[in-house]
Amino acid sequence: MKGGWLRSYTIGYLVFLYLPILLLPLFAFNDATVIAFPLRGFTTEWFSQLTEITALHDAVKNSLYIAVVTSLLSVTLGICAARAATKYEFPLKKSIIGFIMLPLVLPEIIVAVSLLVVLLQLGLNLSRWTVIMGHVLICTPFCIAILNSAFGNLDASLEEAAYDLGETRWSTFRLITLPLVMPGIISSLLISFTISLDEFIIAFFLTGTEPTLPVYLWSQFRFPAKIPVVMALGTILVMASVLLLTFAEYFRRRGIRRSGGKDTGGFL
Amino acid sequence: MKDTNTPRPLIELRDVQKYYGDYHALRGITLDIAEGEFFSLLGPSGCGKTTLLRTIAGFEDVSSGVVLLDGQNMDRVPANKRPTNMVFQSYAIFPHLTVGQNVGFGLRRSGKSQAEIAKEVDEALEMVGLKGYGARAAHALSGGQRQRVALARALILKPKVLLLDEPLSALDKKLREQMQSELRRLQRHIGITFILVTHDQEEALIMSDRIAVMFEGSIAQMASPQTLYRRPISRKVGEFIGVMNFLPAAVSIDGDGKITVDIKGLGVAHLDEDQCPGGVTPGAGSVGLRPEMMSILFEGETTDKRVVEGQVAEVEYLGDMTYYDVLIDGSEKPVVISMKNLVDRKVLNRGDRCRVTWDARSLVLFE
Repeated sequence: MKGGWLRSYTIGYLVFLYLPILLLPLFAFNDATVIAFPLRGFTTEWFSQLTEITALHDAVKNSLYIAVVTSLLSVTLGICAARAATKYEFPLKKSIIGFIMLPLVLPEIIVAVSLLVVLLQLGLNLSRWTVIMGHVLICTPFCIAILNSAFGNLDASLEEAAYDLGETRWSTFRLITLPLVMPGIISSLLISFTISLDEFIIAFFLTGTEPTLPVYLWSQFRFPAKIPVVMALGTILVMASVLLLTFAEYFRRRGIRRSGGKDTGGFL
Repeated sequence: MKDTNTPRPLIELRDVQKYYGDYHALRGITLDIAEGEFFSLLGPSGCGKTTLLRTIAGFEDVSSGVVLLDGQNMDRVPANKRPTNMVFQSYAIFPHLTVGQNVGFGLRRSGKSQAEIAKEVDEALEMVGLKGYGARAAHALSGGQRQRVALARALILKPKVLLLDEPLSALDKKLREQMQSELRRLQRHIGITFILVTHDQEEALIMSDRIAVMFEGSIAQMASPQTLYRRPISRKVGEFIGVMNFLPAAVSIDGDGKITVDIKGLGVAHLDEDQCPGGVTPGAGSVGLRPEMMSILFEGETTDKRVVEGQVAEVEYLGDMTYYDVLIDGSEKPVVISMKNLVDRKVLNRGDRCRVTWDARSLVLFE
């Protein structure tokens, strides 16, 4: 059959991608402390244990705090950068934007180690804010990428029309620009939030006495008895991430439809 | 018709220059536009017509020169403070607002009550033929409707000048022709000064009281559509507006100032001064002749005008008209002649001999 080889390749690829993730819920509901087949029976024991570990709750709180602050900061920076990149011409524009986007491909371990060195040299204590700094660094390029297309799809004469009709520069931005790029803003908020929530390496290096959720999870792997609980937590995280990304993509597409632009491809 | 007794033009531009870096976009534009006039800026793309419009709107600063609007210097007056409103080429309809919100957008800062604004929006929509469209979503409109909304939105502020940047170029031919006459009617009705930017010479001729033809940042000629068409100041203007035949001619001027041209193939003709809008230089020059200013004499037709003979080189049949390329005996290049297709006129074929008649009054002299 024509394309049979390609078909099995595609299926094999998808299985490789998603089978491990499908195993998460499987063992999260399995009534055994050992992660192995055959399955022993159905239980929600591990999920109820989740509700009793205070260290885990603290880690969740830390992660949420860091993720919320990170996404707000990254999007604010992203709006400024994307606006500048799409509306104004200035010397070395391409190089400047290029350097801002670089953390997108820079190995995170390099970012993490160099940040750690700098922070220690400056004599700063590691805290949630140091993690936020690191996360803003890697999230901002994602925001710029999304917002660049949102601002870029905006017809420049829309702003001129509002200005021509008597609005000020600022009220034009508020009444016309902001509503039209809002889907892009929401989409980048959600993406930054998700990235920050999942991020391990930077958080591992820069976290002080307040571990984030991924750091906490990693530490729990040393105790085999905790693994099913981690599986349960993992299941919840996967579902939350998928949900968030779906929202993000929905808003991105809606934005493109609204401003009448062409879909140039997003993250999903 | 425009009032010729206006004490002062509404818009006065004096030696307006505009540079973008090294690029000289506007090269000393000086013009007056009267109140209630329908004025067009016509030219090929890149001639500076849109830059000039944006300069009047306040989106571009002038590098030097003066823009006066109703006698007031517009230097450093931004677009949102000028008594002008613009209809953009893309219409720039705010896609996240309704039609009514779009039209009423400029009234937000007027201090009028919601009820007053709603009433004015309804009136504006009715004026452009979109009565009852107020609650519709703007992004669902067709091209022609968008254009009407853009018009209503700009006119609701009762600007002294309405600026239109190629407003019809995005519409298909039928709709464009319909909007041309509609715009013209609307302008006469409300009496606001319109300045239209277009690259379509036909559109400019149909709609305008006066036209400025621009090339490379300068105004080549500023005149009424008729003068522009009949007495173009240069070969370039004549070529840009409609179709024109250019024939080499020997120009001479005698002691009494009598201008004589000797046109190869057509013979000798005397010209009046108004037929030489670009001036007279004795020696080798050229004359322009519109295709409809010459006619082919069909069998049985006679004339008291001069007649020359030639041969049909090409025939283009358009239905109502036929365009003939005719090589006049004794000339080197065929001339284009357009003829109405009347009932008893047969269409000539390639290679047919024909008699051509023309009138010296229709000639224009060029350098």
